[in-house]
Amino acid sequence: MKESIQEYLAELEDIPGTRVYTAQRARQGYWMNQFAMSLKSAANRERWKADEKAYLADWPMTEEQRQSVLDRDYNRMLELGGNIYFLAKVFSSDGLSFVQAVSTMTGMSVDDYQTMMRAGGRSPDGVRSIRDSD
Amino acid sequence: MAKIVAGIASSHIPALGAAIDHGKTGEDYWRPAFAGYEWTKEWLRKSAMPDVVILVYNDHASAFDMNIIPTFAIGCAEKFDPCDEGWGPRPVPVVEGHADLAWHLAQCLILDEFDMTIINKMDVDHGLTVPLSLMFGQPDAWPCKVVPLAVNVVTYPPPTGNRCWALGEAIQRAVESFPEDLNIQIWGTGGMSHQLQGSRAGLINAAWDNRFLDRLIGDTDELRHIPHIEYLRETGSEGIEMVMWLIMRGALGKKTRCLHRHYHVPASNTAMGHLVLEPE
Repeated sequence: MKESIQEYLAELEDIPGTRVYTAQRARQGYWMNQFAMSLKSAANRERWKADEKAYLADWPMTEEQRQSVLDRDYNRMLELGGNIYFLAKVFSSDGLSFVQAVSTMTGMSVDDYQTMMRAGGRSPDGVRSIRDSD
Repeated sequence: MAKIVAGIASSHIPALGAAIDHGKTGEDYWRPAFAGYEWTKEWLRKSAMPDVVILVYNDHASAFDMNIIPTFAIGCAEKFDPCDEGWGPRPVPVVEGHADLAWHLAQCLILDEFDMTIINKMDVDHGLTVPLSLMFGQPDAWPCKVVPLAVNVVTYPPPTGNRCWALGEAIQRAVESFPEDLNIQIWGTGGMSHQLQGSRAGLINAAWDNRFLDRLIGDTDELRHIPHIEYLRETGSEGIEMVMWLIMRGALGKKTRCLHRHYHVPASNTAMGHLVLEPE
């Protein structure tokens, strides 16, 4: 590779409003993502819905991670090492679609977010780089 | 001798599968998204039904959790069940594999210095079943066999675009050494621009996407040199899935011609793109 791994990783951290799922995040979020993965099973979903706190107690996550899940604070979950495809098992258990769950991370209402998407989505202009702020 | 006769690129957005499964494809929101597949469905049904599809897709925390993260995995089983992604399994047929071809590909690719992971039991998620639904509709059984080829594009780093293209070239060589007469298509799925996380979610870049589509056609190979950071900045954090289209493109040889092209925004959070290519 032309650049060093340090340069490669530094670039990944230079995107506004984005947490790229790097090795560091994968390690930090390992148990949170494995917990989320367990909700693929219908039997586990039932147990989860019956008592979320008790279900989370079975997983060696940090208190912050547990609280972010209970709060359905997806941006916080991402900060603490969550990955959206794993976390999708949490919002699908809540009966939410990707659009409904994803819009909660943008500070927009679902309707406003949908309106933005129908109008062609969010432009990359101005949100390509933190360093250069375009 | 087996031969790769065509390539198909398509988004594999889960909401498209849900719209099909729940009979919503005629609704105003969805009609333009699905209209772009009518040409392809007709073409496949009338004159181009393959014996086997090598279907390049990514697993979305379905078959693979955080314990095993294969960069390139090839499904060598006789069948693959649709998996429960949290909403219950999609009501689609079981996917029939082609174990002889899959094992042949695995052996050839490993000897060609691509260190494939061989998978014998694997449930398949929307990444694989949504493209099948888009191309084949809702049959009782899928009309051809499928060799799943799963690529890690979730945990960084995913493979480079150049490596994906080169894998496609190796797949073409491997197919041509398979003794049985088989018409094979290779499908590259995922994309196009989309971001499903954080305050930048909803990002769409139609201009970039269309330049990408342009460059899958003809004899240019410049797409193989796009770095990961460009996909991330220009097409959103999930736009990186487009590296999988380069495996398809690499497997079509030096030059392609375009039979059909479709682009539509939005489908759920995502820009959808679709191409039908033939080697030229």
